[in-house]
Amino acid sequence: MGIEEKVPTGILLTTVEKLVNWSRKSSFWPATFGLACCAIEMMATGAARYDLGRWGMEVFRASPRQADLMIVAGRVSQKMAPVLRQIYDQMPDPKWVLSMGVCASSGGMFNNYAIVQGVDHVVPVDMYLPGCPPRPEMLIDAILKLREKIMAEPLGDRRRKMIAAQEEKHGKPVVAPGSMPSSYVYDKARRAEWEQAVREGREEQLRIENWMRRND
Amino acid sequence: MTSYAEARETTEGRVFTVTGGDWDTVVSGHDPLSEERIVVNLGPQHPSTHGVLRLILELEGETVTEVRTVVGYLHTGIEKNLEYRNWTQGTTFVTRMDYLAPMFNEAGYCLAVEKLLGISDEVPKRANTIRVLMMELNRISSHLVWLATTGLELGALSMMLYGFREREFILDIFELTSGLRMNHAYIRPGGVSQDLPDEAVKRIREFLGFMPKRLKEYENLLSGQPIWQQRTKGVAVLDVTGCLALGVTGPVLRSAGLPWDLRKTMPYCGYETYEFDVPTRTEGDVYARYQVRLDEMRESLKIVEQALDRLEPGPVMVANRKIAWPAQLAIGTDGLGNSLEHIAKIMGQSMEALIHHFKLVTEGFRVPPGQVYVAIEAPRGELGVHAVSDGGTRPYRVHYRDPSFVNLQAIPALAEGGLLADVIAGGASLDPVMGGCDR
Amino acid sequence: MTDSPVPTPPIGATSGAPAEFPPASPAGRGMFGIAGSGDTSGFGGLVRRRPAAVDTPRPYGEWFDEVVDALEEAYPGFDDAIERVVVDRGELTLHIRPERIAEVCQILRDDEALRFEFCSSVSGVDYLGEPDGRRLHAVYHLVSLTYRRRIRLEAAVTAEKPHVPSVTSVYPTADWQEREAYDMFGIIFDGHPNLTRILMPDDWEGFPQRKDYPLGGVPVEYKGAEIPPPDQRRSYQ
Repeated sequence: MGIEEKVPTGILLTTVEKLVNWSRKSSFWPATFGLACCAIEMMATGAARYDLGRWGMEVFRASPRQADLMIVAGRVSQKMAPVLRQIYDQMPDPKWVLSMGVCASSGGMFNNYAIVQGVDHVVPVDMYLPGCPPRPEMLIDAILKLREKIMAEPLGDRRRKMIAAQEEKHGKPVVAPGSMPSSYVYDKARRAEWEQAVREGREEQLRIENWMRRND
Repeated sequence: MTSYAEARETTEGRVFTVTGGDWDTVVSGHDPLSEERIVVNLGPQHPSTHGVLRLILELEGETVTEVRTVVGYLHTGIEKNLEYRNWTQGTTFVTRMDYLAPMFNEAGYCLAVEKLLGISDEVPKRANTIRVLMMELNRISSHLVWLATTGLELGALSMMLYGFREREFILDIFELTSGLRMNHAYIRPGGVSQDLPDEAVKRIREFLGFMPKRLKEYENLLSGQPIWQQRTKGVAVLDVTGCLALGVTGPVLRSAGLPWDLRKTMPYCGYETYEFDVPTRTEGDVYARYQVRLDEMRESLKIVEQALDRLEPGPVMVANRKIAWPAQLAIGTDGLGNSLEHIAKIMGQSMEALIHHFKLVTEGFRVPPGQVYVAIEAPRGELGVHAVSDGGTRPYRVHYRDPSFVNLQAIPALAEGGLLADVIAGGASLDPVMGGCDR
Repeated sequence: MTDSPVPTPPIGATSGAPAEFPPASPAGRGMFGIAGSGDTSGFGGLVRRRPAAVDTPRPYGEWFDEVVDALEEAYPGFDDAIERVVVDRGELTLHIRPERIAEVCQILRDDEALRFEFCSSVSGVDYLGEPDGRRLHAVYHLVSLTYRRRIRLEAAVTAEKPHVPSVTSVYPTADWQEREAYDMFGIIFDGHPNLTRILMPDDWEGFPQRKDYPLGGVPVEYKGAEIPPPDQRRSYQ
């Protein structure tokens, strides 16, 4: 990421780590991603009574290029998901995502066609905050916990080692793309169907057809 | 078409004064830059779009030639979800549509359900008074957010802090009454879910004490200020014909001159018994809408005071046990739950009460088939609820005619021909809330 | 799926309560084995019967007779355009043949005795299972500011031929509202300046608010797994 990544392991790295992490957590700049009711509570957290300025966070950056924390506040609809991803991609590293409210964390009370059931379907999330909407104190608590999490992040060599260890433990991506969907594994007939389709090279088509048939 | 050279007519004929630029363009009389069409995409993620509104502007210099609005970025499918829940559970969903005015969403829905049930006259007086009280407090808090965000967008950053500071007080009152700061499922079909605690009445009186002074402060801060006036006077004008044709209601219509307020013209919840005026202006610009909303806040304070004065002890839920939400909540040893008296009653004393409680909570009450349309005056305009029942315990179809959805159609009418900065001011003056718009 | 999800549960986490262990029957076991939709509305033996749509007999009461008479006077095609007049719960509903809806709206807006100059709402309702197949209803709510009245117009079309003339030429406010009715129900408004999807993404397939469209919509593809749509994931038992 920067020069801090290249410091060799040792006492120097630990000190640099502490310094860098401290500076990262102390001046979080949130990107405005207020969508619905949680956005109003987020604004209230930034307002006079529950002041986010106490932690240097009252500057909500309009441009994602200048922000490092994306607080996804509110329900993410199907139409909004690509926009969310684009804003996330536009943010430079290091960046963190805090999904505020149950709608952002898991779809909330809206178990329907229009809402993405959790923004972790679209962006990687560092902190989940339940609530409908979460009180400003809850948001502040989540931010403080996220700061603690950042303080503990390793850098440089130690970070690379940590990532390698995790990959070894959990393996490469949990499910390889294009593999048999889990709903097919437990049903013998479907599994046979899928394997036949794989031989013919039309497994995607089969999946779509099955879904359409199920809805008839 | 701006040209590089200014021309004036003299006795010799037309004289051009050339101060720079290409000779050929001067001679041919047109400026290449002015022919360029610039398309700017504003949003959906943008600090001044009041949520997730997307505006696609075609600019010629600083002038806007065309505006297209794209909505739907917050579509939640609430209306479809309502068909899969009880009539009472509907309140919790409906409250999250227009999230700055949750009491209004709930009130509209409950008025529609009560009309379908035929119990509109049986709703107790105290429940109606509390509903009016909560709705007017919500109107004040919604207008405060409007003032705060509009001030922020037009550059009056301190207005944001003042608006939210006052709103916190109102949210405290809501929290005392319903348990939540926002999205309270407080107004239920048949009445309200909980009675008003004495602490809340005290707080409201306190609020009435200091709020008029604060409103005066905001007026002093903004109304006479030259920058505010220049940015809002004569900007984004929409006259009555335009408003009616586009279906715009609420403060925007009243700022254009027509005093159409559903609380006065088609009253509900006992509004005809309260004394208040309907503030109107005639200019139809952003400044007029700002003044109308400020005055509306003052009228709401009047109504709140009258409502407090006429609060009498009594039930807050309809008497019909087959419809009334059974339990009163209280804080016990393990948190908030059914009050001990209620549990003693249903478990020990009355079998019928137990049966009613059980059926209401698991199944819900049944609403005779038919359809109704109930409209109330929300802070943004006419909030209409079209509810269709097929005789069951779940709504068959509930459609919300949300004022933000309809008002946003007016953005091209307000913005085209004006400057880019006026689009922001005009859009802000419509007070759109995307949750209500997209539902 | 038969052991507890955490490899070594912390001390005090297990108390032997039934909630810790998966339910005995396969129904409550989670994602792909649910049974029942959680719909409790039939538990009380309730049978929902849609009432037969019947004309209300005259006199209608209040100002409804006045309005219907004025419309009959002003509109020559009254008899075959108006299918049914229903007065229910203090509201007047006129069921109108879909082809005539724009004409009727024009007369309602312009005639002196009627003056319904404001269109409050245009929406749709899907009455699935309607005997004559005309399940999609476009519902128009009009307000007369002069007389302080409200009226409802309903036009019913089939799902196979869901064409209704647009009323945007009479009430420009119907623009976005008709787009929403198209988006949610698939009712096609002929003559609309820009009939495109407004709430769903432009390339969405299906009309979500129809009764035969599932609540959960499309199944979710996530990291290679196909997850069933949200309303089929768990049973609330």
